[in-house]
Amino acid sequence: MIPPEFDYAAPGTVSEALALLAEHGDEAKVLAGGQSLLPVLRMRLNAPGIVIDISRIEEIKGITESGDAVRIGAGATYQDVLDSALVSEHLGLLHKALTEVADAQIRHRGTVCGALVHADPAGDVGAPVLALDARMVIQGPDGERTVDASDFFVDLFETAVGEDELLTAVEIPKHTGWGAHYEKFVRVSHQWAIIGIAAAVRVEGGTIAEAKVGLTNMGSTPLRATSVEQALVGKEATEDAVAEACAQVGEGTDPPSDLNGQADYRKHVAGVLTRRAVVAAAGG
Amino acid sequence: MDHAVGGTSHLSTKLVVNGHPQELRHDVRVTLLDALRDHLGVTSVKKGCDHGQCGACTVLVDGRRVVSCLSLTASLDGAEVVTAEGLGTPDELSDLQQAFVDRDGLQCGYCTPGQVCSAQAMLAEVAAGMPSHVTEPGALTDPDTAVELTDEEIRERMSGNLCRCGAYVNIVAAIRDTAARRAGTGAQP
Ligand SMILES: Cc1cc2nc3c(=O)[nH]c(=O)nc-3n(C[C@H](O)[C@@H](O)[C@@H](O)COP(=O)(O)OP(=O)(O)OC[C@H]3O[C@@H](n4cnc5c(N)ncnc54)[C@H](O)[C@@H]3O)c2cc1C
Ligand code: FES
Ligand code: FES
Repeated sequence: MIPPEFDYAAPGTVSEALALLAEHGDEAKVLAGGQSLLPVLRMRLNAPGIVIDISRIEEIKGITESGDAVRIGAGATYQDVLDSALVSEHLGLLHKALTEVADAQIRHRGTVCGALVHADPAGDVGAPVLALDARMVIQGPDGERTVDASDFFVDLFETAVGEDELLTAVEIPKHTGWGAHYEKFVRVSHQWAIIGIAAAVRVEGGTIAEAKVGLTNMGSTPLRATSVEQALVGKEATEDAVAEACAQVGEGTDPPSDLNGQADYRKHVAGVLTRRAVVAAAGG
Repeated sequence: MDHAVGGTSHLSTKLVVNGHPQELRHDVRVTLLDALRDHLGVTSVKKGCDHGQCGACTVLVDGRRVVSCLSLTASLDGAEVVTAEGLGTPDELSDLQQAFVDRDGLQCGYCTPGQVCSAQAMLAEVAAGMPSHVTEPGALTDPDTAVELTDEEIRERMSGNLCRCGAYVNIVAAIRDTAARRAGTGAQP
């Protein structure tokens, strides 16, 4: 299907993009890599009057060190992030999760920030970003604000980013030396996650000193399994020692029921996969 | 580029396609796939799903494999595009294209141009040391570690290209042969 007509603009700076967003209000739609927006336009789920292509804005392209964090600009594609030595060294969990997003072709155009704003609950980026305590950098008519990842995801396809705003970067605190694993549960390669578990652990002398666990597709937004994280602290990093803590991961979640699995099935599988993810993250 | 700030529904975009500079005037909604097929007559690029799911429309944009159905032409002003026609000609197939013939890496052939473009880029990614989801964990912390191109690696890395005829086994063989031959002769990927 061909989308309804729209106008197109390719601003060269963030301030030009913000001015266009202010001018066109809810008629405007931001285009980054287009790997979600183009299908959406083509299915006519959205019919903007103007598409504002931010892919030419140089100032938001980089992946840089920013104090204790790594800053990933809105222009950075999945592949840019995967290629970044900063990310491999300090953000192992994000790196792991991104190798499992879609396929190589999609990863060469899709952006991490675009996926975060798109906020598909089955998307693979939200859970690691949430687990790693990221800060989202948002620019709008009133300047720049920073929102913690825990306050960013509002609902299905809804985030803290307003219609007149841009997510310009995500800043993720370095987790140097942490073990990490993303366990994506799919039936065939290159499928959306039925569920996914993002786990990062810091092991000291064979014992888990700190743990961070994020969940994909276990609700309408990515979730943080804080009670599991707390229960893991002090446990030996072995399958038996972590099993009980991991089994409770589904408690209090409200996962979807669909052709890939009922909610109770997802809750059960989540327990098993959390155990696997934690053990793998701990190097087991 | 006459589409900086402002907003317009018709544009003119410059591309270099298989080495030839092109300038086309088009509706903003035209994807790279439709621009190649309908505006420039480059018909090796196939439309399977038009939703990024099958890989039949894979081309190289500035050396990187992308699905042309999910790329707006307007976003690519100034880009270099290579399609299967740009890799080799019927008289002078590339080593990779020849390997697809030798190994019967196709049946109906609809997915083949996309497979070949994807594989061409994939071999370059491997040569650059890019790890995949199935690469051993050590390679993540040491980007210089050579990736061993096992069949599992080939399958994972080619997962964006579907083949309805199921020629996968022979596609993997064609890619494996090409990788081995290039490694043996020291040829650049
Ligand atoms: C075949 C296929 C398979 C896929 N499989 C997976 C998968 O397995 N896992 C997964 O996680 N994802 C998957 N995806 C989705 C993909 O990851 C996209 O969600 C992602 O690429 C979106 O980023 P983008 O840059 O392409 O955003 P776009 O498509 O350009 O934009 C997405 C939305 O975000 C808005 N937006 C984008 N950037 C900004 C910004 N900086 N500020 C404000 N708003 C912005 C846009 O207006 C739009 O609403 C798949 C996609 C396809 C086509
Ligand atoms: S036609 Fe582009 S991926 Fe199927
Ligand atoms: S050869 Fe027929 S689809 Fe692949």
